[in-house]
Amino acid sequence: MRWRFVIPLVIFMGFVGLFVVGFDLNPRAIPSPLVGKPAPFFSLPRFDQPDQMVTPEMLRGKPYLLNVWATWCVSCRMEHPELMRLAGEGVRIVGFNYKEVRGDASVDARRLSPEAEREWAWARIEEWLQKGGNPYDVVVVDLTGRSAIDYGVYGTPETFFVDAEGIIRHKQVGPISRAIWEGELRAKWLAIAGGEKGGPYERR
Amino acid sequence: MLAEWGQVALAVAAVVAGLQAVLGLAGAERGWSAWMTAARRAAVAQAVLLGIAFGLLVVLFLKSDFSVRLVASHSTTVTPWYYRMTASWGNHEGSMLLWATALAGWGAAVAGGSSSLTATMRARVVGILGLVSVGFLLFLMLTSNPFERLVPPPAEGRDLNPLLQDPGMILHPPLLYMGYVGTAVAFAFAIAALLTGRLDAAWSRWARPWALTAWVFLTLGIVVGSWWAYYELGWGGWWFWDPVENAALIPWLVMTAFLHSVIVTEKRDAFRAWTVLLAIAAFALSLLGTFLVRSGVITSVHAFATDPTRGLFILGLLAITVGASLALFAWRAPTLSGGGGFNWGAREATLLVNNVLLSVAAASVLLGTVYPLLVEALGGGKLSVGEPYYVAVFVPLMAPAVLLMGIAPFLRWKGDDWRRVGKTIGVDLLVAAGGALAIVGGWGNGSWRAWLGLSLALWVFASSGRLLWRRLVGERREREEKGRSVRVRWRETPAGWWGMWLAHLGVGVFIVGVTVLGALERRLDVKMVPGGSTMLADYRFVFQGVEEVAGPNYKAQRATIEVWQGDRQVAQLRPEKRDYYFSTMPMTEAAIDSTLWRDLYVSLGEPLEGGAWVVVLFYKPMVFFIWLGPLLMAVGGVLAALDRRYRLMGSRGERSKMGIS
Repeated sequence: MRWRFVIPLVIFMGFVGLFVVGFDLNPRAIPSPLVGKPAPFFSLPRFDQPDQMVTPEMLRGKPYLLNVWATWCVSCRMEHPELMRLAGEGVRIVGFNYKEVRGDASVDARRLSPEAEREWAWARIEEWLQKGGNPYDVVVVDLTGRSAIDYGVYGTPETFFVDAEGIIRHKQVGPISRAIWEGELRAKWLAIAGGEKGGPYERR
Repeated sequence: MLAEWGQVALAVAAVVAGLQAVLGLAGAERGWSAWMTAARRAAVAQAVLLGIAFGLLVVLFLKSDFSVRLVASHSTTVTPWYYRMTASWGNHEGSMLLWATALAGWGAAVAGGSSSLTATMRARVVGILGLVSVGFLLFLMLTSNPFERLVPPPAEGRDLNPLLQDPGMILHPPLLYMGYVGTAVAFAFAIAALLTGRLDAAWSRWARPWALTAWVFLTLGIVVGSWWAYYELGWGGWWFWDPVENAALIPWLVMTAFLHSVIVTEKRDAFRAWTVLLAIAAFALSLLGTFLVRSGVITSVHAFATDPTRGLFILGLLAITVGASLALFAWRAPTLSGGGGFNWGAREATLLVNNVLLSVAAASVLLGTVYPLLVEALGGGKLSVGEPYYVAVFVPLMAPAVLLMGIAPFLRWKGDDWRRVGKTIGVDLLVAAGGALAIVGGWGNGSWRAWLGLSLALWVFASSGRLLWRRLVGERREREEKGRSVRVRWRETPAGWWGMWLAHLGVGVFIVGVTVLGALERRLDVKMVPGGSTMLADYRFVFQGVEEVAGPNYKAQRATIEVWQGDRQVAQLRPEKRDYYFSTMPMTEAAIDSTLWRDLYVSLGEPLEGGAWVVVLFYKPMVFFIWLGPLLMAVGGVLAALDRRYRLMGSRGERSKMGIS
């Protein structure tokens, strides 16, 4: 008769077990529909040569990380040192600057002329890269955020892993930290960038 | 410096909470009154310290101090001040601090405000609450420090999720958290009962007002949340069976069961172990609700902070707290049982069935909520459980509960002759069912569902009316014999009775709202050109076009839609589509014209060529009743909690028990 009072405890333990198992499953791992598909087209100005347009075709040949960022993004600030370290190890990173001016809540972009917005964006990016260092192989600037829509950019930072054939292999939402890189991303990068020859991440 | 002071206050509060636990529990065990008094002081001190910490966090938000990470990630300088204030709890760390502060507040209230309790019982309850506090404060400091600094501070922060920038968000989380945390008090009472083996009528009277207060907060929190979802999410619904909504509904159902079970414990000295189990379950499910929201184990619109370490910590906290409590229950509950006999014809029988129904309903909602997780854990892939499931299990469980609700108050305790009440019940039932049939028949498109709902509602009204009549006027025989006036009877009616009556009436009001809305709601998705008009129900909606307007931290497309009924303009509605500068998702702001009997609800869809727009129009009859019902329940709860009986009889009980405990 006494044993019936143990039933609640048993049921509860069952629930705890269920949640522990549930923890190993990542609720955010809803894969991007872009994974396995070619990087969507864009044609955006290069930061260092504003009159030259860059397209995904031009980036092909070597694998790269397409890192979506902005100077107003707090998490990007946290991520930046890690990007610098990765660039130092030979990882090719393409910077995709996202809504540099109009994404910033402190700025009323509607009052700006397109020229002023452009000028201001370039000044801000320049300052950022000088202060924090430049981990990027190339930086493209998407002032309006129009191209980012095709990539399904939901917030900053986001990082797409693109292989040498221009196919997206993985999407990382949120900042890349040392722990995350060593934990799961490094293996993903190695899978598309190949072995150790000629440097830690050099493609054979 | 303010952030550092906040951190200090948090740390000191954790130490004080530890003292509160040790002094309270050990003091009560040994009967050292100095320790017990110190425990109560510690409870008050803990509440003050956490009040200071939370106040400092609000100040940091108001000052836009971006050197604090939390402030930088959830507010900007252009966010209006009142949303900067609500941003302090519109995020994980801040809301957890609010949780802890609320818990300390409840502890202080028990320490200072329940003079009818015996000193030892009060010290135990305060001690147990202190123990729970320690766990949560450790959680705050170790995994989610709200005062963490950000170096270097950014010039501008990231905005609060636009969904949360809404007046409903000012009220909803604090109310809901007060409710969630309030279950901790009933829990502490239950644990104290298990520790001492003492669970009697006096215990029930002590625990009841606290449980009622928590239940009122929970009710209000759910109502405000539902109302917020209704007008802010722009989907036009009032309940979505979202995991996080369920997380609040489940403890509410269990608390409702507890409130009824504890009556039987008080009056008939029965259901003791069951009452204790319900108190533990309500708290466990509140913790589980927190766990579900915070960990993101189940994804939902509410999971604005998903972080596995935090979830794991809460899970650990849950496992220890509840696991230990249930182990204690398994060990001690057998000594609790006993008490009065049981008779299937008596009022306690109806309350037993009500308890079973409410618990099964809570369990089935819980099952629906965790089922996707279960399937995924077993390798079955991701899926979600939707409204059809909940309606299919919830309605058949609640319908008999509502039926019993109209019968139970007429039955006597201990034992009754069903034939005595059977005749009047039969008449009321026939009147309700017949009346509902007539009304639904008049609608022309009635379904059996509408009939069932309306019958239940009319049944509640009929039995409430009869109950009121019995109370104030009495049966004919009584009237002739005693000749007591209505006024005397009115004055003799305790607040608790009015609370019960109002709360039950609220159930009927709620059912009317749900039923009428379900049967008679009209929705129209229509393309509208400027100057064009369309008819819905007997309202004519005239689309005046869309203009661009600027808000403090967004710009919006705002439509103007006039609503005419015949030749009379009844409303001008201005739904908006907002682009917050910081969010990539456009937000819909629906426009609603509300009266007691109907809502007109307009939401702006997509732009088309030539200034035309897709517009969604709703005619929602009696939707307000859906919130009015629970509001009546809450008022009823307040009345019941204020009943003098609990305080007077509580202290009398104390005096008689002094020699024993």
